[in-house]
Amino acid sequence: MKILVPLKRVADPDNANKIKIAPDGAKIDTTGLEWKPNPFDEYAVEAALRLTENGATPKVRGGEVVVVTFGPKEADTTLRQMLATGADRAVRVDTTDDALDGSLVARALKALVEREKPDLVLMGKQAVDGDSNQVGQILAELLGWPMATFAATLQEEAGALLVGREVDGGVITLRVKLPAVVTVDLRIVAPTSVYSLATARTHKYADGVRFSALPAIMAAKKKPLIEVPLAELSPDTSLRIAYSKFEPPPVRKAGVKVPDVAVLVDKLVNEAKVL
Amino acid sequence: MTPLHENEEHARLRAEARRFARTEIRPHADAWEEDEEFPRELYARAAAAGLIGIGYPEAYGGGGGDVSHAIAASEEMILEGTSVGTCVGLGSHGIALPPILKFGTEEQKQRFVPPVLRGEKIAALAITEPAAGSDVAGIATRAVRDGDHYVIDGSKTFITSGTRADLVTVAVRTGGAGHAGISMIVVERGTPGFSVTRKLAKTGWWASDTAELAFESCRVPAANLIGEENAGFYAIMANFVTERLYLASNCCAISELAYRESVSWARERRAFGKPIAGFQVTRHKLADMASSIAAARALLSDVVVRFLGGDASAPKLAAMAKNVATDACSFVCDQAVQIHGGTGYMRGTVVERLFRDARLYPIGGGTREIMNEIIAKLEGY
Repeated sequence: MKILVPLKRVADPDNANKIKIAPDGAKIDTTGLEWKPNPFDEYAVEAALRLTENGATPKVRGGEVVVVTFGPKEADTTLRQMLATGADRAVRVDTTDDALDGSLVARALKALVEREKPDLVLMGKQAVDGDSNQVGQILAELLGWPMATFAATLQEEAGALLVGREVDGGVITLRVKLPAVVTVDLRIVAPTSVYSLATARTHKYADGVRFSALPAIMAAKKKPLIEVPLAELSPDTSLRIAYSKFEPPPVRKAGVKVPDVAVLVDKLVNEAKVL
Repeated sequence: MTPLHENEEHARLRAEARRFARTEIRPHADAWEEDEEFPRELYARAAAAGLIGIGYPEAYGGGGGDVSHAIAASEEMILEGTSVGTCVGLGSHGIALPPILKFGTEEQKQRFVPPVLRGEKIAALAITEPAAGSDVAGIATRAVRDGDHYVIDGSKTFITSGTRADLVTVAVRTGGAGHAGISMIVVERGTPGFSVTRKLAKTGWWASDTAELAFESCRVPAANLIGEENAGFYAIMANFVTERLYLASNCCAISELAYRESVSWARERRAFGKPIAGFQVTRHKLADMASSIAAARALLSDVVVRFLGGDASAPKLAAMAKNVATDACSFVCDQAVQIHGGTGYMRGTVVERLFRDARLYPIGGGTREIMNEIIAKLEGY
């Protein structure tokens, strides 16, 4: 199986306090931010690797995983990281971070899918920065492919995937014919979430995204990484979403200590007016 | 601050080590320190994450790379895991395996090294004896050749990972007095006559077990002798530069962690109506701490580059780096406790633990005084 995994780099959520907004409020100032792959996209890479191996001998590849991201040269670091995790090839669509929206990314991905001809596009359900949750759905629509979102489990069948989606009160299982677009949720990296045709059903993975050891980190430098200009994939680079203004959340005011319950109730009734 | 000799690979490795330590060590750090032991399975988990074999040849199951990669990973394990004892316990093979790799036969390397790097077996190095520490050439544990075996009698002490070790690289006396009569031999767990006399209680490094070992008419196959008979002293010496770099790097990580803890405490803790970071006395303390760490780091980085480049001054500079880093660590951890006040004196506070851990470094891996002897000798006075 050939799988294309689009991924996005996001500002490290552990450094959220460093996020600054440009004085005119026009955009987020990204200088000094540390980047990391969007966690849901990392989960998609892990799931893609599991679908292209037999579980027991991870070095034997039973397919190909191609990772793609959109961004400037520095975004190569994100791709190299995923190559170290185990992806086979990488594509960077050259552009700047703030000249993108979900629609443009999906339009460009459509052109890339037509070039690469993967059996599956597997991606995170959303990025943890904008939380838009759009690209997978728009891409499936543009391609006219079947789609399953928020996958918690994946099981390969001949020419299809069984996708388990966690919903309120249970699990919906869909059989999706390939090629398809599937977006993944966090439990996709649990030990028994993903099985390729070659993986024994008794196999249990270590929880989470696999670690990349030093040899894999070294080898990642030699794996193919190509650059494609955005306009080559989507001559129309116009955006459908315009950001009007960014502003930080209001600073939280200091709390007050109340001497007893009576005062607390009084404040809840008369000041906060929540009772 | 990223050391200047590190590149993107080191950064990636640091990130992986951080992720491992955050999920596998940090949540259990307090418990393992109090238990004076971490679970044996952690070796296999760390090996699976690629963190045990860094700096060892891939031909023996290692991860490749060199000492710069090994120290980068171990620093992150300490910074993120916060249990120094756990990290040094996981790393005890770092001193036990190099003599085997450097002086052992192909058969010995294939037999002893891969199981350790897979995290299946624990390796320890045993040199120090109750009556011989810094004076390595004075060890008394004797090994007498008897046919295809050596018969070992004597004892070893302060052996990191010694209570659980499956193989111990032991310094023994096979010849006459002095350094020319010492050999290295691997003693495997279960060999009759080899026993753990007791588990030692220490000031710091609680999560790492430390043992006293006894050898009583212990018959070890002569095939376990590492290198030539009576040439063991050189195997011990050859180990020392990297060991000192590891220890200096430990000190940098410990002091960095103590500093970070102190900065966040100083911002949170209020006295006389404002956070204590608002007082010049605290800010200057922190500034001195940061400066000491920066100086130790800069020297360490310098020595790592020189050592990897084959610079002849590396042994001397490694001794200097160990002392400078040790001093920084002792100073920083002491100040960290001071900034934390009463809380810093309480069990369960990270800096209290680091303060105790820090006390090992001017003693272990060659005392501060021995380092100075080496420096003086190499300086030629």
